[in-house]
Amino acid sequence: MATAASHCLLRLYEERHELEDYQGGVPRWCTGCGDNAILAAVQRLCRDEQLRPEKTVFVSGIGCSSRFPHYMKTYGFHGIHGRALPVAQGIRMARKDLHVFVNTGDGDCCSIGAAHWIHAIRYNMNMTVFLHDNQIYGLTKMQASPTSPRGLRSNTTPRGTFLEAMQPLTVTLGVQNVSFVAQAVDWIPELLYDIVSAAFRHRGFSFIRIVQRCPEWLPRLYEPWLHDPERVRLLHHDDGLTISPALAKVYRNQESHDPANLDRAREIASCVDPIPVGILYRNPEVPCYEDLRETDHLRTTKFIQTGLEAEFDKFTVWPKS
Amino acid sequence: MSQIDTAQSIAPAEGARGPRAARTAVEIDQQVVEVISDSGEGAQRCGQSLGAIAARMGNGVWTVEIIPAEIRPPARSVAGASGNRIRLGSRRITNGGDETDLVVAFNEQVLLGRVRAGELKKGCTILLEDKWRDDTDPRISSSYTETHDELVAAGYRVIEIPMERECKKVVQDARRGKNMFALGMLCSIYSLDMELAREQIALTFRKKSQAVIDSNVILLEAGYEWAEANLDFKYRIPAAPAKEPQIVVNGNTALALGVLASGMEICAMYPITPATSASHYLADVFEKVGGVVHQAEDEIAACAFAIGASYAGKCTVTITSGPGYSLKQEAIGLAVMAEIPLVVVNVQRGGPSTGQPTKAEQGDLLTTMFGSHGDAPKVVLAASTVEDCFYSVITARKIAETFNMVVVVLTDASLATAQTPFPRPRFNEAWVAPPVDQTPVPPGTRPYDWDPKTGLARRVLPGQPGGMHTVTGLAHDRDSHVAYDPDINEEGLRARSLKLAALQKTLKPPEVFGGDDGDLLIIGWGSTRGTIEEAVERLRAEGRKVSSLHLRFLQPLPPAINDIMRRFDKVMTIETNWSDHPEEEIIDEHNRRYSALAMLLRARYLVDVDCWTQVRGAPIKPGKICEVIRERLG
Repeated sequence: MATAASHCLLRLYEERHELEDYQGGVPRWCTGCGDNAILAAVQRLCRDEQLRPEKTVFVSGIGCSSRFPHYMKTYGFHGIHGRALPVAQGIRMARKDLHVFVNTGDGDCCSIGAAHWIHAIRYNMNMTVFLHDNQIYGLTKMQASPTSPRGLRSNTTPRGTFLEAMQPLTVTLGVQNVSFVAQAVDWIPELLYDIVSAAFRHRGFSFIRIVQRCPEWLPRLYEPWLHDPERVRLLHHDDGLTISPALAKVYRNQESHDPANLDRAREIASCVDPIPVGILYRNPEVPCYEDLRETDHLRTTKFIQTGLEAEFDKFTVWPKS
Repeated sequence: MSQIDTAQSIAPAEGARGPRAARTAVEIDQQVVEVISDSGEGAQRCGQSLGAIAARMGNGVWTVEIIPAEIRPPARSVAGASGNRIRLGSRRITNGGDETDLVVAFNEQVLLGRVRAGELKKGCTILLEDKWRDDTDPRISSSYTETHDELVAAGYRVIEIPMERECKKVVQDARRGKNMFALGMLCSIYSLDMELAREQIALTFRKKSQAVIDSNVILLEAGYEWAEANLDFKYRIPAAPAKEPQIVVNGNTALALGVLASGMEICAMYPITPATSASHYLADVFEKVGGVVHQAEDEIAACAFAIGASYAGKCTVTITSGPGYSLKQEAIGLAVMAEIPLVVVNVQRGGPSTGQPTKAEQGDLLTTMFGSHGDAPKVVLAASTVEDCFYSVITARKIAETFNMVVVVLTDASLATAQTPFPRPRFNEAWVAPPVDQTPVPPGTRPYDWDPKTGLARRVLPGQPGGMHTVTGLAHDRDSHVAYDPDINEEGLRARSLKLAALQKTLKPPEVFGGDDGDLLIIGWGSTRGTIEEAVERLRAEGRKVSSLHLRFLQPLPPAINDIMRRFDKVMTIETNWSDHPEEEIIDEHNRRYSALAMLLRARYLVDVDCWTQVRGAPIKPGKICEVIRERLG
């Protein structure tokens, strides 16, 4: 792949970016929607990492959470249902100079876009992916999603859903080449930020499932967890998150978990109650697809011509001399 | 044609094994030859080599692969015929021609498949491996004898040839070398240059050892000598040696070369017949010019990946066939709505559904034009020759980036697998895409600042400071903000539609082939060009006032079509897609379904355009068109 012209450009001036430099349109999400918490954490990340807004792209599919890019003042791609990941991969393949983020909901990622999700883990392209998992289809007005708890009454399952909920973390951790998996909950913003930050800093496909509340359709779903901090288990480790003393006082259910331990990560992933929060798995050694596919030539016109003429030579019938 | 008939009548039907006759080569101007065998016996290599040798001699050549639908069909099966069909001519050959004049068959079963498909000319010459006659399995020997006798009774000139026995005289494993023996025979029959044939073998086996090359040359010579000694007919297809270098590739390779030349650097695809061979070749060579072939997890992902890369500033191509195209439709609509340049190649095959994966059809014109829900204007162009497959991709990338549109390039299975020489392209720097614009955007620039006259807007790319915005598949205003306002919705629809009109203003009127006016104008598109034009030539030679018009741009249509149609008494399209037969009892003007192009022309120009179509999974033959036209014109 060519070195983008932008690589060669001198940054003529340094400019400090403040939070408002990343704030786009006013969010139209419901009050109390977990998407707001994710937006706040992400805008803070951009500010803290001083990401250049023009070098940052948020890609999404369709659904409440997929409105996310509109609320950032960066480049954004609000595409079609389920296809955010392949769009993001194309962007990344074409332009390694861009920071790529993906916002996708439980319907978008785990249902209509499930094939892309599985394969995106395998490709392990460098991007940060937020699964906004509120266990319900919100924008289309309350239909069951693959992550809805069994028995949930919705407009398409008036007598309750029939199947056990899909566990996005176990699925992700079951795929070859998985390189970063974490879980956050929208009601602990401090950890949400730390996890988003760790995900961003991991080079590869960083997948964060964010358990989030939907105040409109499932307002009480997480009340038991909110009222009982014991039902959240914080994962900490020297190579993972460190938990602040203030937080540790409230959330005493803790586990020291080494993110390099895949087997334990899979066990933790399958735990629904208490909800594990933290970094389940991280492997910086997994190669990124865009690096594997990189060619080291500068694509000059001369280079293209030389390659093309060599191919023509293979098929040329020269006039008899 | 008459020359061939004469040539055949000169040769005594029974005289294959007679004593050496004085073999004066009869001059003919074209001929269709087939070499068929079970899979793996090398008939394809034989056929391709024959084509290459003839091309080097300056002959016109059109080679088509005969491919069984299964990977490992049973040996000696009717459906298992594998090989090549080669049309040789004195002049440039633009299509596969009519029924086959001469066949080399390695067993009688593969031959039967061709006979039943109606591909062999009545009374044509069949050179048949005779080892089956004495096979120890009585079922095989009797099947051989029965088929042989039937073919002879049906008037075919069957010449039994001890191919394997003769090969065994010079090499050990005769089954594998029979194809070069057959090539030698064909070199004798068509008076081809044996020096070129030896060179061709050296080229074909260049990756193998010298011993392999030597043994194949020995087989070639054995076949040649055997034919010289035992066959009593010989042809010569005179050719003017080519003055310019030519490249000999099939349509899919031409397409892939076009991708290389177009300056695009990413191709996202998913395997599908018959498009895949283009991606195979591209996968092999694209990296040599710094490109990447991405095999996505599915057709939708391939299209979305291409859209992502295009959005990021590098116009990308996705290559597919009918079913894959259907799957991509929603994503194509997104590219239309967000005005992201994209090149989509659809190598059409038989449909609907899985249809006929390896067979030629032009059934996807309307779906490419009108597909994707809502009003989704996109450019559609169709390659009409193998050479055009190359240039169409370059044109498509240019248009896609100039107009920020989706450009669909249609080819089909018959172009994809047909090999024919065309002038070696001269590299043009203008083919290559400009670098990704990363300059700061002037303050006040809006991402969809539609020109009121043309609908065109300057695209702002990620990385450009000051241009940040979110593209969306939702209706949006000039700032790319989601908008439900009725005026804004219509403004966007208008802008996207106007771009087609703006492109249309740059197109030249198509050229009429034949005379400027007359009794009948045939209109075609895509791969049928060579066939229709050859038919027009033959009909005009009979004194009929028939002309043809071939459309490269289908959307938008080029100007002046109406004026051209008006100069003819009748207008009809000839296409390889379904249309109802008006002679059927239940069909009338209220329910008759016309072919795709006929429907379009009728709708646009209010002209009573008739149509004739054939969907037999094979290219239409020029002789068939002549027959149909003679009947129509009386």
